[in-house]
Amino acid sequence: MTVLIKNAIIVNADKMNDQPQDILLEKGSIVQIAPSIKNDKATVIDAQGKLVMPGLIDIHVHLREPGREDKETIETGAKAAVHGGFTTIMCMPNTNPVIDNAMIVDSIFKEAKRVGLVNVIPIGAITKGQKDEELVDIFELQKAGCLAISDDGKSVVNSQLMRLAMDYAKMANILVIEHCEEPLLSAGGVMNEGKMSTQLGIKGQSGLAETVIVARDIELAKYLDTKVHMAHMSLRRSVELIRQAKKEGIQITAEACPHHFTLTDEDVSSFNTSTKVNPPLRTKDDVAAIKEGIKDGTIDCIVTDHAPHTQEDKEVDFEHAPFGMIGLETSVGLTITELVEPKVISWAQMVEKMSTAPAKIVGLEKKGVIQEGMDADITIIDPQKEWEVRREDFVSKSKNSPFIGRTLKGQVTTTICGGKVVYQA
Amino acid sequence: MSEWTKHDLLDLQGLSAAEIEMVLETAKSFREVSTRDVKKVPVLRGKTIVMLFFEPSTRTRVSFELAAKRLSADTLNISANSSSLSKGETVLDMAQNIEAMNVDLIITRHSSAGVPKVLSENLQASIVNAGDGCRAHPTQALLDMFTIQEKLGRIKGLKVGIIGDILHSRVARSNIIGLNKMGAEVTVCGPSTLMPIGIEAMGTKVNYDLEEVIQTSDVLMLLRLQKERQKDKFIPSIREYAKIFGINAEKLKHAKKDVLIMHPGPVNRGVELSADVADGKYSVILNQVTNGVAVRMAILYLLLGGKQQ
Repeated sequence: MTVLIKNAIIVNADKMNDQPQDILLEKGSIVQIAPSIKNDKATVIDAQGKLVMPGLIDIHVHLREPGREDKETIETGAKAAVHGGFTTIMCMPNTNPVIDNAMIVDSIFKEAKRVGLVNVIPIGAITKGQKDEELVDIFELQKAGCLAISDDGKSVVNSQLMRLAMDYAKMANILVIEHCEEPLLSAGGVMNEGKMSTQLGIKGQSGLAETVIVARDIELAKYLDTKVHMAHMSLRRSVELIRQAKKEGIQITAEACPHHFTLTDEDVSSFNTSTKVNPPLRTKDDVAAIKEGIKDGTIDCIVTDHAPHTQEDKEVDFEHAPFGMIGLETSVGLTITELVEPKVISWAQMVEKMSTAPAKIVGLEKKGVIQEGMDADITIIDPQKEWEVRREDFVSKSKNSPFIGRTLKGQVTTTICGGKVVYQA
Repeated sequence: MSEWTKHDLLDLQGLSAAEIEMVLETAKSFREVSTRDVKKVPVLRGKTIVMLFFEPSTRTRVSFELAAKRLSADTLNISANSSSLSKGETVLDMAQNIEAMNVDLIITRHSSAGVPKVLSENLQASIVNAGDGCRAHPTQALLDMFTIQEKLGRIKGLKVGIIGDILHSRVARSNIIGLNKMGAEVTVCGPSTLMPIGIEAMGTKVNYDLEEVIQTSDVLMLLRLQKERQKDKFIPSIREYAKIFGINAEKLKHAKKDVLIMHPGPVNRGVELSADVADGKYSVILNQVTNGVAVRMAILYLLLGGKQQ
């Protein structure tokens, strides 16, 4: 398949072109970028008035397969991803069974290939069965194609085990992603501990649960002189710790989710169980700090933490509902509406946070930039388009979004993955 | 007095001072009914009231049931818990099923905050919150205010000390909201580990010095200390709690001479209150129980009838 994108305003992390270009995609690669390209056999996409970005990459997604295919499958998750403008997604290992050996990794790659829409790269567990007891066979997972390991859903609480994991992962050249939550401190809390949890009479989860693990892992990374990536940062204090660590040259990278820069714990007063996420929605002040962190580079990338749950599972009382909200199909709209439109970040920075930086963090060398020779993964966005988030428009199998009813600005019009048009509005 | 317009009673945040006043006034006229030989008035004849309790309760349930019966409503009791729901059935399903049998009002209690609110958003029947999680217990606060008004003649300007496990107390939260609306000044007192963050924002002072609270308060409201709090390590021991935060006759010597001792019950004798104080001359604990029926009659009447007697 040959695709020719005409009149493209190309947005790369380092530069937003002011002159439209044509982009020719062939055999899965970007083969030519020039002011005017002619090609008779190519499928032509006119990008007049649109922004053309390197394919968006989400390194934090839950696809629920294997185990909870009633919530999401690799296929429905992939469809949701391309609907949301993503060309590469990395799925977390807290499935049933847990992704902790090469056989399961292979089966996910195989199913993703059959679906064929989007690059799906499984993230392996750090500990077998995510039980915080024994390390997985890390080289085996790396050779099977994992770019990262994580026990997401929980921390590696055992500090010695985490030290060994980070040390070994450095040798195996695989990224460690930490879900920062000390469970004894989160102590069964289901929303942010503070004024709102006091008013609502809901058990609070102290921010300490997050920050003590952030601080611990910064120390481990410094001591071992290695990398660690902090999942879904939600607090001002976490941003401060990471900012300071980066200043000292410690190899920390960090991500944040759209809901953590859009919603606050005040939104929980609706008792809408879609506002129950982990880490919980924090205060206005934390939201401001997350935005500052995204702006100044403390937070390297934006991820969704897409966490599908069935209506049956979510339609219970707040305390007993599972944590998580879906995010793949609202991430672009929320990022534009909450960050780009109010000029917190530029379009180029949006590309940095949603494509270039995540590619670099996990080591996807051929992705994250629109340039000749790179993979033909492209996301085209109509920056002016306003749209309402509607339950019936979600492609994801689950609909647990607190953003239903909200109007967002900026919509994905075309997603191209590996040179193939996989979504068109 | 103006017309009653509220459809549900979810919390005291949702009532104005005038509406609270109206409940207390209405309760006054109903209190006499319970002293008659024939303890019944026909005002809610033909109405159906269901008590749907997802958390065990004896006192509150009995109080509501008597209130409903003395108003001649038909009542039905459902004691459910998460395990008695069929697999896949939600609380909402169950409530909707009950409502489909043309029920007029549902009184509900649940261990999770927000359940009555969610039910009220999805059902036509009136919802009365009989306690949700640590969030709200509006009828308890109303009957407490009724008792204070009855005994001291006013609420406005009084100093009320609420003592105990504030963190887990829906009674404390509803009283803070209600007493503030009625012009009282609330101070909470208890171990710092059982004091929720930012409680001041709800309209209360925090004072960890029980002696000072005893000396300055017109009303002392004690809360039940659940034994599990020690197991969860919120406090070093029940023994230390009783010593530092419990009230006995000795400590009460420094109290105002007409101080009221209140407790939502059941009392942990020897822990938050010594037996002599619980049964002593300042105690109005049994008045609270008596008034509870009248206040709940008033609530049911107003929600289902809407007119003054």
